[in-house]
Amino acid sequence: MRDTAALSEMVVKEKQRPELRRRFIKNRALYMMILPGFLFFVIFKYIPMGGLVIAFQDYQPYNGIWNSPWVGWKHFERLFADQMFVTILRNTLLLFFLNLLFYFPVPIILALMLNEVRINIFKRVVQTVVYIPHFMSWVIIVSISFVMLSMDRGIINELFVMMGFEKVNFLMSTEWFRPMYVLQIIWREAGWGTIIYLAAMAAIDPGLYEAARIDGASRLRQIWHITLPSIRSVIVVLLILKIGDVLELGFEHIYLLLNSMNREVAEIFDTYVFTAGLRQGQFSYSTAVGFFKSIVGLILVISANWLSKKAGEEGIY
Amino acid sequence: MVQDKTIGSRIFNVVNYSLLLVIALVTFLPFIHVIAGSFTTAGELATKQLVLVPTTWSLEAYRYIFSTNTVLTGLATSIGVTAGGTLFSMFLTALMAYGLSRRDLTGRRPIMFVVVFTMLFSGGIIPTFLVVKSMGLIDSYAAMVVPTAINAFNLIIMRNFFQNLPEGLEESAKIDGASDWGILFRIVIPLSMPAIATISLFYAVTYWNTYITAILYLTDAGKWPIQVILRQIVVLSSGLAGDTSSMDDFASRPPEQTVKMAVIVVATLPILLVYPFLQKHFAKGALLGSIKG
Repeated sequence: MRDTAALSEMVVKEKQRPELRRRFIKNRALYMMILPGFLFFVIFKYIPMGGLVIAFQDYQPYNGIWNSPWVGWKHFERLFADQMFVTILRNTLLLFFLNLLFYFPVPIILALMLNEVRINIFKRVVQTVVYIPHFMSWVIIVSISFVMLSMDRGIINELFVMMGFEKVNFLMSTEWFRPMYVLQIIWREAGWGTIIYLAAMAAIDPGLYEAARIDGASRLRQIWHITLPSIRSVIVVLLILKIGDVLELGFEHIYLLLNSMNREVAEIFDTYVFTAGLRQGQFSYSTAVGFFKSIVGLILVISANWLSKKAGEEGIY
Repeated sequence: MVQDKTIGSRIFNVVNYSLLLVIALVTFLPFIHVIAGSFTTAGELATKQLVLVPTTWSLEAYRYIFSTNTVLTGLATSIGVTAGGTLFSMFLTALMAYGLSRRDLTGRRPIMFVVVFTMLFSGGIIPTFLVVKSMGLIDSYAAMVVPTAINAFNLIIMRNFFQNLPEGLEESAKIDGASDWGILFRIVIPLSMPAIATISLFYAVTYWNTYITAILYLTDAGKWPIQVILRQIVVLSSGLAGDTSSMDDFASRPPEQTVKMAVIVVATLPILLVYPFLQKHFAKGALLGSIKG
């Protein structure tokens, strides 16, 4: 019995092989189209993943990956013993929670407000304006903030003086770093963040509002009892996905704000990797730091996606 | 819809409209302030507190920033990188997306997984830097394009778009004897211009705004794009000890506020000019992206 099964399997395989080749030849043009992009992913995404092995070596550029000595978990041990690790972790978590608390609700509220606008032209103008900062680079956002917050005739400090307050050195201060970070995110992303909520709101059955009005529900009550519950699932998914992104605080953004005076509160994993690796040449150690971050990030994203599926919503992957 | 005319509703409207107006103003006034400041004299900016419309118009700041080559070179680099990069990225993305959109292709799912996994996990800054270095891209313009050529997210959007084109198109073209290349360039791409425009704009804005790849891979200040120049002039001159790289043309004294504003305007203007097109396409693209890949 077994033999015949094996035999028939072989026969099937024999049949499949030319079939596979035939299909490959038939579609060779399609494979040629995929090839350049595929090579891009291999070279710039997968080879660097393999390059993570230098986290377990004392990598020296002139020895290369093949000849650098292996050192096991040395760099990870150093990281976990490092006082800097505690600082980075604290900064990361704090900035994340501030972001969640002060940024996350803003697009929802803004979308609720826009959704109540009945004069279309007004709505369009406001939307057009609040989307603009999203298209500006972080360099532009931070530059405009710096010009306005500068001690040297920055408009905010000039206003402070006019109102009889002292000038504040926002850019060098540790206390002002976090509010500045969150406010810049709100300025740049809040408007753009409304799009997905507005789309969800557009799908709500207008009959619901009409029924509520006939029952005498005020506008606020309609928002509370109809609009919000209708976009609940979108909010849940975006919230969960955001939690999956805890470690992605925006390297491009924070790198610009970082200076020797606020390092204590502004240093995050990516900026630390950048400084330790490329500025100080500690390739292996900084790769270990980055590796740790990537692994934790991967676990978080997968759990977040699992959670959002569990919550009855569609995951993204 | 029946119009709601209760007093409560009217109060709600007044409050809502006013708040939205304030929000829009707060979002936009910083841009106006910077534009206005760039067109006035350093003296005026020093004495007037709030400049939204300059009383003394002046091109002093612009004359200053264009008196040396630094800003012009940066602009030229950014324009070149944006144009070349967008073309290159769009070409690779469209080709790969089309191949992956064909349901009859063996190995399509594993290749998709290879793409999606890069959205979840990455080798990180240092290993990527070492690859870029070993390929000899350090200090070349290509370093700002090649290592970030395909955005996985854009690729998925593009593939979804191709996948939603009616399959009958390809079949009938095949019966007429068209090759896969012929189908892509003569039938699929002409039909996909809205999606291609959207993704091109995505890429173009990303390339225009890019600065971190330049900081990572380019030590030669002569090759820096405008965003890095902007960072040098505005972010690093305000007494911040972040980077030590200096710029010969501006090293002598910290630039005036008006000069900083002028550089900001120069780096912002191209985006503001294409913004009307962006807005229309991007809102669509953002929604496309939220559809499961």
